[in-house]
Amino acid sequence: MSGRRPAPSTPPPPPAVQKLALRYAKRGTLRFASHRVLQRAFERAVRRADLPIAYSAGFTPHPRLSYLGAAPTGAASEAEYLLLRLSEVLPPALVQARLNAVMPPGLPILQAVTWDDAVFGDLAKQLTASLWQVELDQVDGAGVAASAAAFWALEEFQAIQVRPGPTGAAESSRGGARSKPPRQIEVRGNVLALDLAKTSGRPCPDPGKPCAILEMVLRHATPVVRPDDVIAALAATGLEIGLPPRATRLAQGVYAVETGLVQPFSRIAALAPKP
Amino acid sequence: MTQPEPDSLWPLIEPLLTEAHDPVQYLGGELNSRSKDWSQDQSETIRWVLAFPDAYSVAVPNQGLQMLYEIINERPDALAERAYAPWPDMEQAMRRAGVEWFTVDSHRPASRFDIIGLSLSTELGYTNLLTCLDLSGLALHAKDRRQSDPLVIVGGHCAFNPEPLADFIDGAVLGDGEEVVGAITDSTRQWKEQGKPGGRAGLLERLARADLVYVPAFYTVGYDEQSKQIAQVFPNNPAAAPRPTKKTVLDLDEWQYPKAPLVPFAETVHERASVEIFRGCLRGCRFCQAGMITRPVRERSAPVIERMAQKAIAATGFDEVGLLSLSSADHSQIAKLAKTMADHYEGSQTGLSLPSTRVDAFNLELAQELHRGGRRSGLTFAPEGGSERMRRVINKQVTEEDLIKTVATAFGQGWRSVKLYFMCGLPTEETADVTQIAALAGRVIATGRATAGHKDISCTVSIGPFVPKPHTPFQWAAQCPPAVVDERLAALRQAVAALGKPGRAITIRAAPGRPAMLEGLLARGDRRVGTVIEAAWRAGARFDGWREYLDMDLWEETAAIVLAERGLSLDWYTTRPRDYDEVLPWDHLDAGLDRDWLWDDWVAATAAEGVEDCRWSSCYDCGVCTRLGTEIQLAVGL
Repeated sequence: MSGRRPAPSTPPPPPAVQKLALRYAKRGTLRFASHRVLQRAFERAVRRADLPIAYSAGFTPHPRLSYLGAAPTGAASEAEYLLLRLSEVLPPALVQARLNAVMPPGLPILQAVTWDDAVFGDLAKQLTASLWQVELDQVDGAGVAASAAAFWALEEFQAIQVRPGPTGAAESSRGGARSKPPRQIEVRGNVLALDLAKTSGRPCPDPGKPCAILEMVLRHATPVVRPDDVIAALAATGLEIGLPPRATRLAQGVYAVETGLVQPFSRIAALAPKP
Repeated sequence: MTQPEPDSLWPLIEPLLTEAHDPVQYLGGELNSRSKDWSQDQSETIRWVLAFPDAYSVAVPNQGLQMLYEIINERPDALAERAYAPWPDMEQAMRRAGVEWFTVDSHRPASRFDIIGLSLSTELGYTNLLTCLDLSGLALHAKDRRQSDPLVIVGGHCAFNPEPLADFIDGAVLGDGEEVVGAITDSTRQWKEQGKPGGRAGLLERLARADLVYVPAFYTVGYDEQSKQIAQVFPNNPAAAPRPTKKTVLDLDEWQYPKAPLVPFAETVHERASVEIFRGCLRGCRFCQAGMITRPVRERSAPVIERMAQKAIAATGFDEVGLLSLSSADHSQIAKLAKTMADHYEGSQTGLSLPSTRVDAFNLELAQELHRGGRRSGLTFAPEGGSERMRRVINKQVTEEDLIKTVATAFGQGWRSVKLYFMCGLPTEETADVTQIAALAGRVIATGRATAGHKDISCTVSIGPFVPKPHTPFQWAAQCPPAVVDERLAALRQAVAALGKPGRAITIRAAPGRPAMLEGLLARGDRRVGTVIEAAWRAGARFDGWREYLDMDLWEETAAIVLAERGLSLDWYTTRPRDYDEVLPWDHLDAGLDRDWLWDDWVAATAAEGVEDCRWSSCYDCGVCTRLGTEIQLAVGL
């Protein structure tokens, strides 16, 4: 016997009166958290923080949280975005503080703002590209630069994206998804910038084994092109890679060569109505 | 004397996770997890690995392990970290990269702790136990371990017959863990402080002398050459008790654990704040090992249960409270408790659940209370036996009339589906006992349609093969051959089909009979079965509780070869009935139950005679209270 309330017979949940946009990070071991894991962490945190979260109506009400373009499992991030709807108006700083008090240490809320679509527009449309930093261990820095230059000179690069699913066992357990077949994607056209200057920006953890850091701006395409796909492309041009690369999303926003990457919250001060 | 702190294995683990399935299970750092410093203030710190050798999703919700994790970590002189069985893909990756079995809390190698405590709730985790030990670099056989190796101690229900694991484990703890983990920690600390007199064997003797731990190596088992049965079991070490005894915690209110349940990042089988409302069960179902080995009943008081639930919800953010026990509606204060708690959580997003309940009208009222204003989708009942006669044999005291009456009321109140649990292959069972399930399910549908006034009524029949377990009246029973189980299930499907149209509202979910033979072998096996486990594991057996991984061909072939060398067979261990005079492999382990009472109850079963719940009726001398100095603890007046 198990049950959850409220049900259809009960009055509809109180309506949402405030929409908040949050930027959060995915750090440390939690870079291995999948999108589903993050959703669960936020739903729990919202409950533990006792926030007046708005619930959807219907048979099984859900807290009204929307996630915008989650970073892939295995990638860290300093710029994940989430929309959250409250049934009472609260100062964004208070919501941020209350969530941070209960979120796992690897998932801090970095910014919270009240988001008014009428003033700021659709947040999702302001997240069309990402700045990625990819750490490569046990590679030759000069080799990375050469491979990157060769890749940059290409007109297009078709990659095969392997999409590992859960184990056979996990498939039959709760909520397990099926493995998906590999697919072919075009990589080069979605790489908007590839910064070679950064390839020697950091001391290597093991001085005997050289390393490199690459920065790249990727357009949010469908299907999505991941930093791993770019690294796979570099490997295809002859680069030897020792350990799996570690990717971190540093920022999301709208990219243009002239402006660089413009992050959505940076426009708020200018657009917000003056008191 | 203190062991140096081992390096974290994280830098070696991390590169493996990019390719691993569900990598989040290897991260640790879950809400309410702990990661204490390697050395505490005391002169000697006792370090436990608490392990559950199954997949993370099944392992984490285990209540027993969560309790011990908190109890040990609250001590200033001890720490406990958790470890689980890696999935086969991760095991392979770990072997390739030379990464030892690690704890998820600090990613320390399990081999560097003092004690590895493994909880075994199903026999089908035995091969995973070997994987974990082997990945740790420990010798598989206890006798080959080095002085510096941790003790390997098992607990949980399977510890009541640890004989098939005798080669691999250093010890087994029978019964409740709350008090005994403290006593083991104390003994181990004293032994370390005194300079480890006698080495590993010295520590095991200490633990055995105080009757904290059963040490298989301290007992010799002799076999009869003719019958192949056990001739005798005798202690070969003066420290060994003639009959190691199970541990019983009498006052559950003194042990309010877990206080802050773990909140896993990854999805697990139970996502709720569980509060154990009582331990033990006196219904006397003859197939039920849990009900026999956890006697007597010890209830938690209602105010403590309410407080534990509130604290657990606040500490976790779970949206469901589960009131756990072997038969939750039997708590003496359940009606009051359900009302108070339903009042408390009304209007919140927190739901209540009451798993494991029996069929009657009272429970339906309870269900209404718990689902107040909520959805009424499905009710679950467990008649277990298909016919009235079968239910008397297994002592499941529920009549068809009770069930139909309850179901009628339920459908009248808006419930739309009923799930019924049964077993197949029970002692004295005939095909007709099983096919009768069809008639019962048919009546459920007909009654449901008549009462509800519509046809949107369904009934799911879920059937599992019966496996005789140690320390139960059925420990002497012959397990039903899988072909017979499958035949009876086929007959049941035909009987359901013969119902015509109403039969389409009945769904049969039945597990095939064959895998139950493995469970039967491991459950009632003796020390000679250890060779089969090791050989099957070496041949690749892993995660035998998962049908995706279970390789019955491999097990049957291995058992045939290994056991034939000794003149034994899989059938000898499973489908062979035992006599009163046969020495059973677990007879030297004291679960408190009087062997003659078990035998009398077995004889009564074959005559289809029942016994009452001794909580409400008179004592029937099962032996637990008198032999162990325990008694039933009800929450009345608490």
